[in-house]
Amino acid sequence: MNAVLTIDRLCAKLTANGARLLSNISLGVAAGEVHGLVGMSGAGKSMIAKAVLGVLPPAVRVTSGSIRFSGTEIVGLSRLGMRELLARGIALIPQDPLTALNPTRRIEAQMTDVMRARLGLDAKAARLRALSLLEEVQIREPASVLRRFPHEISGGQRQRVLIAIAFACNPKLIVADEPTTALDVTVQKQILRLIHELRSKHGTAILLVTHDLGVVAKICDSLSVMHAGVIVEQGAVADVIAAPAHPFTRALFAATPRHDRPDHELRPVPDAMQRAVAEAST
Amino acid sequence: MLVDRILSRLLQAIPTLAGVAVIVFVLVRVVPGNPIAMMLPPGATQADIERLKALYGFDKSIAEQFLIWTSHALFGDFGISISLRQSVMGLVFSKLPATLELVLLATMVAVSLGVSLAVVGTRFQSEWPEAVIDGLTGFVQSVPDFIWSLALILVLGVLFPVLPISGRSDPRIGLNYATPFQLTESLVRLDARAFFDIFRHMIMPALALALPFAAIVARVLKSSLAEEMTQDYVLLARVKGFSEWRVIVGEALRNAAIPTVILTGVQFTFLIGGTVLVERIFSYPGIGNLAIDAVLNRDLPLIQGLVLVFAVLFITINLLLDFATVALNPKLSHG
Repeated sequence: MNAVLTIDRLCAKLTANGARLLSNISLGVAAGEVHGLVGMSGAGKSMIAKAVLGVLPPAVRVTSGSIRFSGTEIVGLSRLGMRELLARGIALIPQDPLTALNPTRRIEAQMTDVMRARLGLDAKAARLRALSLLEEVQIREPASVLRRFPHEISGGQRQRVLIAIAFACNPKLIVADEPTTALDVTVQKQILRLIHELRSKHGTAILLVTHDLGVVAKICDSLSVMHAGVIVEQGAVADVIAAPAHPFTRALFAATPRHDRPDHELRPVPDAMQRAVAEAST
Repeated sequence: MLVDRILSRLLQAIPTLAGVAVIVFVLVRVVPGNPIAMMLPPGATQADIERLKALYGFDKSIAEQFLIWTSHALFGDFGISISLRQSVMGLVFSKLPATLELVLLATMVAVSLGVSLAVVGTRFQSEWPEAVIDGLTGFVQSVPDFIWSLALILVLGVLFPVLPISGRSDPRIGLNYATPFQLTESLVRLDARAFFDIFRHMIMPALALALPFAAIVARVLKSSLAEEMTQDYVLLARVKGFSEWRVIVGEALRNAAIPTVILTGVQFTFLIGGTVLVERIFSYPGIGNLAIDAVLNRDLPLIQGLVLVFAVLFITINLLLDFATVALNPKLSHG
C-alpha cells in the first residue's frame, strides 16, 4: 500500500503532569482513501489531527512513535521544516466554518493567498483558479462571493469556501476535523457528498475526524475507533460495521441512530466507558 | 448615511459643550482667588479694587456674566486674556499647533514602538524575548512622563549634550512662518535646516510622552493578539504554510487592533491636555504652558477658552474613533 500518511506507535503526554493522551496510535491512509477516526469527545482524535498538521499546543508533547507524510517524518520537525511540508501537500478542512475564516478579510484574499504562496500564481491567475474552485464546490455566483466578507455568506457557503481552500493547491492529504459538526443536517449531507466527489476526482487521501458514525458509514473506506487515547478497533468500514469486535465499538454503534434500521433501539455509551475517557484525559 | 451619522453626532455635541461651558464658568468663579487680586499691588485701596471689578464686569452676578460671555462666544468672541491682554482664541490657536505637533509625534513614536513590541512578543510567545518585553513594558509604563523628561535631560542633555533641553527652535534660525505649525511648515517648505532644528527640540519631550504611552499600547495590543492567536482562522493560516510573522501581521493584527485604536485615540486626547508637566520642564511653548500660566494668573477668560477647545478636540477625536472602528470591523458597517 502506497500510504500518504503513516502513523506508527505514536504516544503523546501532557507536559505538565505527564498524563497520557495518546498511546501506541498506528494507522495509515493511502492515496484516494478516506480514513475515519471515530470516538467520543476527549478520546484524542483531534490531538492526532493536530499532530499531523504540526500544530500541537505547547502543553502537549509527543513522547515516542512517528508520523510520516510521503516518507518525511513530522515528529520533531522544525517550524520551518513543517511549513515546507505543509506547503508540499497537506491541507485542513476545519470544524467550525463560522470562526475558521478571518472576519476582516474578503473571501478572495483568503482563497488566493495560499495559491499565490504555494503555486506561485499571480493575482489574476489565482483569482481565476478561485472562481473555478468555487464552481467546483457548487457555489452560485462565485464572482460575487469572492467580493464578500465571511459574515456576508451562509454557514454552508463558508464551509464550501473552506473546502475549496483545502483543495486549492492539489494537496495529497487533507485533514478534515469534524467538517460537518457545526452545520445543520441538510447541509451536512451536501458537504459530505461534496468531499466524497472531490476526493474521487483528485485522488486525495483524507483523514476524517468525527464522532458521528453516520458520517463514517457514508464516506469512509476504513476507520479507527478511538477510546481514551487508544485505538481499540481498526479495519475496513464494511467489516467493522458488519461485525464490531470491541465492546466500545459495539457501544458506540448502539448509541448511533441508523436510517437503515428505524427500529434500532438507542442506548447511551455505558458510564464505565465514559469514565475511562474522563480519567485518561485528567 | 455617513452624513446622517456625522450630523447626529454633531447635534449631540451641542449639549455637551454647553454643559462644559456652564460648569467651567461657574467653577472658576466660585473657587477662591480672583484675577483682580493678582493684578493689583498689595497696597491697593478698596475703591481701586471695586473700579477694576466693574471694568472687567466681575461686579455683576454669575448668571449675568454668563449671559454676556455666551452672547459673545456664540459669535466666536471668547474675550481678552486678562494677564496677556490678547484675544483668547488668538492665544489658544497660536499655542495649540506646537502642542498638536508634539503630541502627534509622540503618538507616532508610541504606536510604532508599541505595535512592534507587541508583534515581537507574540511571535516569541513563551520564549525569552516575550519575558523581556513584558518586563520592559511593565517598567516603562510605571514611570511617569515627567520622570522620563528629567532622565532624558540628564542623559541626552547633560551627560552627553547632544540635544537641546528647552524651547522649540534655535532663536538664531529666523522663522518667518505663515502658520504656527512650524514643524509641518518647515517640512512642506523643504527647509531642512529649520526642520531638523525644530525636530531636535521635539525629540526629548516627544520621547518622554511616548515611552509610557508605547508601553500601554504594547500591553493592550499583545493581550488582544494573544486572544486572536487561538482563533481557528489563525490555525488555518498556519496550515496554509504561512510564517508566524505573516500569520500575526497579515491575519491577527487587524482583528486585534480595535481596542488599541480606541486606546490610542483616548490617550492622544489626554496628551493634548496632559503635556503640561513635560512642556513646563522643556519650556516648550505649547498649550500646556499656556494653561499653567492661565491658572496661576486666575485668567478666567483664558481658562474658559482653553477648556472649551479641549472639549471640542475631545468630541472630534471620539467621532473619528467611531468611524475608525467601523472601518476596521466590516461587520459593524451594516449595523
